[in-house]
Amino acid sequence: MIYFDNSATTKVAPEVLATYDKVSQQVWGNPSSLNALGTQAHNLLEQARHQVASLLGVADHEIFFTSGGSEGDNWVIKGTAMAKYMHGKHLITSSVEHPAVLSTMAQLERLGFEVTYLPVDHQGRVRPADLKAALRPDTILVSVMAVNNEVGAIEPIDELADVLRVYPKVHFHVDAVQALGKGVQSLFMNDRVDFVSFSGHKFHAPRGVGFVYKKSGRKLEPLITGGGQEKNQRSSTENLPAIVGMARAMRLLLEHEDENVRQEQRVRQVIFDHISSKEKVHVFSGMGPAFAPHILTFAIEGVRGETVVHAFEHEGIYLSTTSACSSKDGAGSGTLSAMGVAPELATGVVRISLDGANTLEEAHEFNTVFDRLYEQFKMINS
Amino acid sequence: MQYTEIMVRYGELSTKGKNRQSFIDRLAHNTRQALRDFPQLEIKAHRDRMHIKLNGTDSKAVTARLDRIFGIQNYSPTVRVEKELAAAKKAAIELVKERFELGMTFKVNTRRADHKFKYDTNQMNDLLGGAILEAVPGIKVRMKEPDILVRVEVRIDGIYLSLGKVKAAGGMPVGTAGKGMMMLSGGIDSPVAAYLAMKRGVEVEMVHFFSPPYTSEQALNKAKELTAKLTPYTGTIKFIEVPFTEIQETIKHDLPSGYLMTVQRRFMLRLTEKIAEQRHGLAIFNGEALGQVASQTLESMAAINDVTTMPVIRPVVSMDKTEIIELAQKIGTFDLSIQPFEDCCTIFAPPAPKTKPRVDRAREYEQRLDVDGLIERALAGVKISIIHVGEQFLNQQQEEFADLL
Repeated sequence: MIYFDNSATTKVAPEVLATYDKVSQQVWGNPSSLNALGTQAHNLLEQARHQVASLLGVADHEIFFTSGGSEGDNWVIKGTAMAKYMHGKHLITSSVEHPAVLSTMAQLERLGFEVTYLPVDHQGRVRPADLKAALRPDTILVSVMAVNNEVGAIEPIDELADVLRVYPKVHFHVDAVQALGKGVQSLFMNDRVDFVSFSGHKFHAPRGVGFVYKKSGRKLEPLITGGGQEKNQRSSTENLPAIVGMARAMRLLLEHEDENVRQEQRVRQVIFDHISSKEKVHVFSGMGPAFAPHILTFAIEGVRGETVVHAFEHEGIYLSTTSACSSKDGAGSGTLSAMGVAPELATGVVRISLDGANTLEEAHEFNTVFDRLYEQFKMINS
Repeated sequence: MQYTEIMVRYGELSTKGKNRQSFIDRLAHNTRQALRDFPQLEIKAHRDRMHIKLNGTDSKAVTARLDRIFGIQNYSPTVRVEKELAAAKKAAIELVKERFELGMTFKVNTRRADHKFKYDTNQMNDLLGGAILEAVPGIKVRMKEPDILVRVEVRIDGIYLSLGKVKAAGGMPVGTAGKGMMMLSGGIDSPVAAYLAMKRGVEVEMVHFFSPPYTSEQALNKAKELTAKLTPYTGTIKFIEVPFTEIQETIKHDLPSGYLMTVQRRFMLRLTEKIAEQRHGLAIFNGEALGQVASQTLESMAAINDVTTMPVIRPVVSMDKTEIIELAQKIGTFDLSIQPFEDCCTIFAPPAPKTKPRVDRAREYEQRLDVDGLIERALAGVKISIIHVGEQFLNQQQEEFADLL
């Protein structure tokens, strides 16, 4: 089996699973309990928080554990709306965000907020000048992702941050779900960025856990109210085994970040070099530093994306039609449409997403299978 | 710049006449204690200053420790070079370049202990000054209050160069002023008071009252960890735990609530006095300030103080709360102090303590109690431990958790 769908999810690492298991069995007290078991759980929780904070170079009290990327995005956007609606009801985002952002924005629109969706260039990138033009006195939030999940474009967070320096009151949120461990940490941890959301299962942690960096001093209303956990910002009994597992997974990820990035680039290059020369292949991801190392998105003219996915799956190679979250509704890719790609091509989009553990042998095997299928598809597209 | 040694100047002890040698010995001992884990260092305490030869040890790591040793007025990281002009020039230029920012002025100040050296002080000043002017574009000479002062000493064994003095902690070497008992709660004030006592040379031993199950293990650990925060100033500190449950229960049961706090504190003071006598302490220190809470009115102090004739010293009595907090933050105890664990003072706090308790009443109420028996039993349960630099008590599971993260 060759697994090239790491942007959808990753397999839990054995070390992480061992941690999950051990914490579940041995440190199962409720961190909020005053008794010794609770204290022990609380200490472990805070150590996990310290590790996550240290790996990001921020303070412990700036890290809030969540259930994952979607919750993080929802919290920051709705939490800003609830905290700042007296100051304004205008939000800005890009047209290529993950549905966790776009659908949340749409929900707020129905409640009377106004949302500006910034267009992107043909590579899927927001233009800082467009942000500048969209900002208004009543703007309360700008939300732009670090790495696009469909084509891998790296958004110019540093330039957007520079635009926002003269708007110190506007919340600046970055969805970094696809960006952690991909060599762009200094980009999304820019000092003008106020909130960053992360998801554990994208880097070999279990499902159902993630975290948000929230800059000290910035205010959000909680999305989930209740027992007052996470400094009253995110109630719910802490998912300690998953949180500790994630802290470990993050350490393992970032300890080998440089090697992983280089390996992903090498594997991606081998595939890119092979398929980009084919007449009917369109590649949407660039190979340079403007794209994340792990994503390679392409389409074969005249062949639907799901056909390609199933054909490869038959050969034991797992790909995806862009974002797994939206890939079952049959609609074309949102990012590709926003990039100006024609609809008939956009419905053919297929995404390869890599991990540091993928090998050159796998790339070569993919290429061999690709050639065979490419010939077969000539029956329908020539 | 790779410094070769650090020259340490003493503080007030230079003026202490006869006691001088014992002061120097104590400071040398404290310094060696604080630098124990740097085996390469050679530490020599002379009459007028101390020389620490680095032998390759990182000077920053050493000065970070020196910054916390009371009795050191200031120090100068120094480079020793051979007695050759070229070597001195090279070192002087390197030193200046490290400190220089555009617009700064400098001056060279040479002293000669070796009068046989072929250049005299004026010639040395000129030669080195000229070399610096040439090598550092934009720098200017200024005789009065230069930004950078290059001190050069020509001695028999080499030429020593440094850039002025770095201010250190000041105060007097811990231990030179005798021993005192510090009443340490878990609050903000008492660690600051302990710090100030140590700054004046007092060797403090922490006395902490705890009342299980009314106070948690964490409150005790918090007090121990606060103590650990203060160990860098002294090396180690003794921590004395005094069980206080029986006394508190008895007072609560037998006395009117308005006098709970007063009588309770009279007991604490009695116990501390006894411990001081046993351990040859000369005074009692505590973190009382004036006027913040009911226990801290002058009337209250007088009613409590009534039980002892031993000096009770209150180092923070004249400080504002904001000043105390500032100092607590500087010495790193504040964040720990504000962690919310019930300690024995808060948990038995009566709803309406008397702000003006009367001594005669307090004495009268105590006659209802078996004071001697209570004191004796509490003293029998005293536990003493030694707390070292860097010890952790609140997150003891750290080790156990290491393999999970």
